[in-house]
Amino acid sequence: MLDLQGYGPRLIEGAGVTIQLAVLSLILAIILGLLTATAKMSRNWFLRRTATVYTTVIRGVPDLVLMMLLFFGGQIGVNAISDMLYYNYEIDIYINFNAFAAGVITIGFIFGAYMGETFRGAFMAVDNGQIEAGKAYGMSNALVFRRIRFPQMMRHALPGLSNNWMVLLKTTALVSVIGLTDMVRVAAEASRATHEPFAFLLPVAAVYLLIASVSEWIFVRLQKRYDIGFGGQ
Amino acid sequence: MLDISAWFNDLLAGNLIFTPTTLGYYWEGLVMTTQLVFLSLVAGLVLAVPLAIMRSSKHKWISLPIYFYTYIFRGTPLLIQLYIIYYGVVFIDGIQETFFWPILREAFYPALIAFTLNTAAYTTEIFRGAIKATSKGEIEAARAYGMSQSLMMRRIIMPSAFRRALPAYGNEVIFMLHASAIASVVTLMDLTGAARFVYARFYAPFDAFLFVAAIYLCLTFAILYFFRFLEKKLLAHLRPQNT
Amino acid sequence: MKKLLTLSVLGLAIAAASSAQARDYDNVRIGVDVPYEPMEYRTADGELTGFDIDLGNALCERMSVTCEWVEQEWDGIIPGLMSRNYDAIISSMTINDERREQVLFSDPYITMPSAWFAPSGLNISEANEETLKGKTIGVQRGTLQDNYVTDNFNSVANISRYSTADDMVLDMEAQRLDIVFLDFPIGQSTLLESEEAEYVVVGERISEPKEYFGDGFGIAFRQRDEALAEKFNKALAELQEDGTYDEIFARYFGEEE
Repeated sequence: MLDLQGYGPRLIEGAGVTIQLAVLSLILAIILGLLTATAKMSRNWFLRRTATVYTTVIRGVPDLVLMMLLFFGGQIGVNAISDMLYYNYEIDIYINFNAFAAGVITIGFIFGAYMGETFRGAFMAVDNGQIEAGKAYGMSNALVFRRIRFPQMMRHALPGLSNNWMVLLKTTALVSVIGLTDMVRVAAEASRATHEPFAFLLPVAAVYLLIASVSEWIFVRLQKRYDIGFGGQ
Repeated sequence: MLDISAWFNDLLAGNLIFTPTTLGYYWEGLVMTTQLVFLSLVAGLVLAVPLAIMRSSKHKWISLPIYFYTYIFRGTPLLIQLYIIYYGVVFIDGIQETFFWPILREAFYPALIAFTLNTAAYTTEIFRGAIKATSKGEIEAARAYGMSQSLMMRRIIMPSAFRRALPAYGNEVIFMLHASAIASVVTLMDLTGAARFVYARFYAPFDAFLFVAAIYLCLTFAILYFFRFLEKKLLAHLRPQNT
Repeated sequence: MKKLLTLSVLGLAIAAASSAQARDYDNVRIGVDVPYEPMEYRTADGELTGFDIDLGNALCERMSVTCEWVEQEWDGIIPGLMSRNYDAIISSMTINDERREQVLFSDPYITMPSAWFAPSGLNISEANEETLKGKTIGVQRGTLQDNYVTDNFNSVANISRYSTADDMVLDMEAQRLDIVFLDFPIGQSTLLESEEAEYVVVGERISEPKEYFGDGFGIAFRQRDEALAEKFNKALAELQEDGTYDEIFARYFGEEE
């Protein structure tokens, strides 16, 4: 019933690219998001401003435009640096800006801005009394963060996190436009070559739905875990 | 002062990229993006209202198909939906002979259809959430007045649901503006299409994409402020009363 | 302290990165935009083939270097070279002045005219402002054909720009395009030999003015890699000398010319 006309292996490979890309950029986005949220809540004026500009600008521009800017522009920026080094100091460095890494960095950078907003809201929602209680127990700041702020923050952040992940997953499809061979690109290529768009695009759409459903299930489990002690409100 | 104007003249004179011709492309792109986004939002909204009411129905056989529709369109990338519609319509047998073809032949309409179906799915869920959140008291009051189900929907539930949906809908409008950037993939010369053209011709990614990013940023802010203004007007009763 | 840290990290990065640089070109990576039949394309089982590919492999063999092909969409093919995703481009790239500012070209290795292709039902015998009025023209984005069509027909016709030649052919078959402007051999193998519909060449093959159509296809290198370009030029001359070139040519274009 599912006739992939020899494109099967490449489609599976493409699906692998999609999943790796999505997971790695999610990790990067979470790290950037935590940094951004911390910067936004810091007392340092400069850090707060930088974080605000970052989240505002990134969320105001289409993903695809940012991708093209970072992907094509990033290459030229790297060239400018390496050319400068070569001509001025005869240092011939080789920076491999490969498409996959560029994709991860770009998507992670974009979603770091969204994560930043999610985490900031979640941190603010943690009851201050709890933190004070931790300090009163003589916990260090790091311990307070690990034992009290982080787990409680996650409880509030999970719905936003899950939402961002779903959007991020779909955003990975855009890398096919800038030349990364993910499953959308293979499917588009196959439909052009065989003139059967439905045969390839529909299964790929189904894979996205499958990933979305599985992650939804995982997020429900996670939410239950982090809700322990709150009577499942 | 003189320095600045001289500097500005130099800037334009020595500039190979931002000529009247390329600025013309950006302008056409702006018009295309605006048309595409505006029309799909309007059509999506018109579709979403009845769909949201059906989606909120107690009868499974009414609400379930709508749920499938929104689940599929919200769960898959818009790019795939666009590809399926753009390439898919071509392979419907004999479509080239029907009177639909002059419409579907243009890249604009397949893109418009894909965008409309996509935004309608998101908007349906936004409205459904807002309908669900109608306070019990309001419904009971309407019942007590002897209102029929449809009258209650029209007079009580929908007006308040619209207001509650406003902030989320504002986000959807911005999301749609950003999502429309993929129109260039099916040859449409929207804002992003113009930027890609300028980039490919002059190998100047920073000039091409930063400029277009700035335009998108302005559009985003315009939408943001428009919705803030609407919220202020329509949700005034929900604001905390301070002198 | 912080500055010192940053500097040492940068130093480390440079040291690590530069050690990866192959100085004597034992390993050459070549960028190519696929598919562009018959110059470069994939067979159904995914193997790269085509005139450029065979020529590139023959050149590498002659120079006794290992070559690796890197696929890159046309849009980003020159930036990709600059950032050393690969060291050379063999991808039907026409030598012209605009590109000479960016890259270093080898000697031209083939000359290909461009041509207009249309369904046989279009019934025009020559492409000019009058006959193209209101028509939809397909071109590949960022190619010299794009520049030529944009500069000459933008005011009278609609221009649709595509990322790949395949996209364009599909839309031609779908009747979304009235006419396309392509490198002649690409149109010949994808359109004239198509089983889906009947296509014809409209008017003469075009290779003037030089401002657009340049001096034939060349291999592109980074400006500073003059030694590498020399190496390729020498190998190319040898292949043309000993008949290998003609053999590859005949494989894709028959005996004509």
